[in-house]
Amino acid sequence: MTETTELSLPSRIDTVAAAAAAVAEFVGRSGISDDAAFGIDMAVREAVTNAVLHGNRQDEDKTVDISLKSLPDAVEISVHDQGPGFNPEEVPDPTAQENILKTSGRGIFFMRSFMDEVDWSIRPGGGTTVRMLKRR
Amino acid sequence: MAELNINERQAGDVTVLDMSGKITIGEGSVALRTAIRRLLEEGKKRILLNLAGVGYIDSSGIGELVSSYTAIGKDGGQLKLLNLTQKLQDLLTITKLLTVFDVYESEAEALNSFK
Repeated sequence: MTETTELSLPSRIDTVAAAAAAVAEFVGRSGISDDAAFGIDMAVREAVTNAVLHGNRQDEDKTVDISLKSLPDAVEISVHDQGPGFNPEEVPDPTAQENILKTSGRGIFFMRSFMDEVDWSIRPGGGTTVRMLKRR
Repeated sequence: MAELNINERQAGDVTVLDMSGKITIGEGSVALRTAIRRLLEEGKKRILLNLAGVGYIDSSGIGELVSSYTAIGKDGGQLKLLNLTQKLQDLLTITKLLTVFDVYESEAEALNSFK
């Protein structure tokens, strides 16, 4: 059976922890392993951080919308912001020698490291959605 | 309770920060940044971060560790890490930062390495 939860949160830094807590509660009900839950938690925090900081630029008139789906073989999480979008292929590799000592730029790398699928899309009507899948 | 608790102690000329909690975007990262800036202002440039109690760190927290390492190095000092949890060690491994930081499992060994 598919269980779905939707959240709509303000574009503030403390939304990151609030989203992580809500996702942890959802994941806890999904019967997923502790290791997988840790990875989901990392990825969600990074996705929501990006949505708040880079997508909505902490504009509190804009929300971060999160959709959680517990599928038979996976958990799928989508994070939507109202920003202009970006090309993930243009984000520099933080593990390249010249970037190792940079103080930022590891969020997308963590999302890709901890989830089985990560992709971005521009929604009709504006905004960017990152969809992340973690298999059971 | 604060997201990140930092207890400062002196071991010879090395300042040890015993940290517990989370180093994540917002309060945790800011607490680390503030502590390091204050130590540098006080002229304390040999700093050992005891991370035994840090069970969680995000990309912002890792950025703050890198920023601390760079700031202390520019000031002619040294930052070293002690007692990484397995999760933190894994994160520093995949980001290739384990090759950058001087990491110890024994406090005595870490303190000796500053000499």
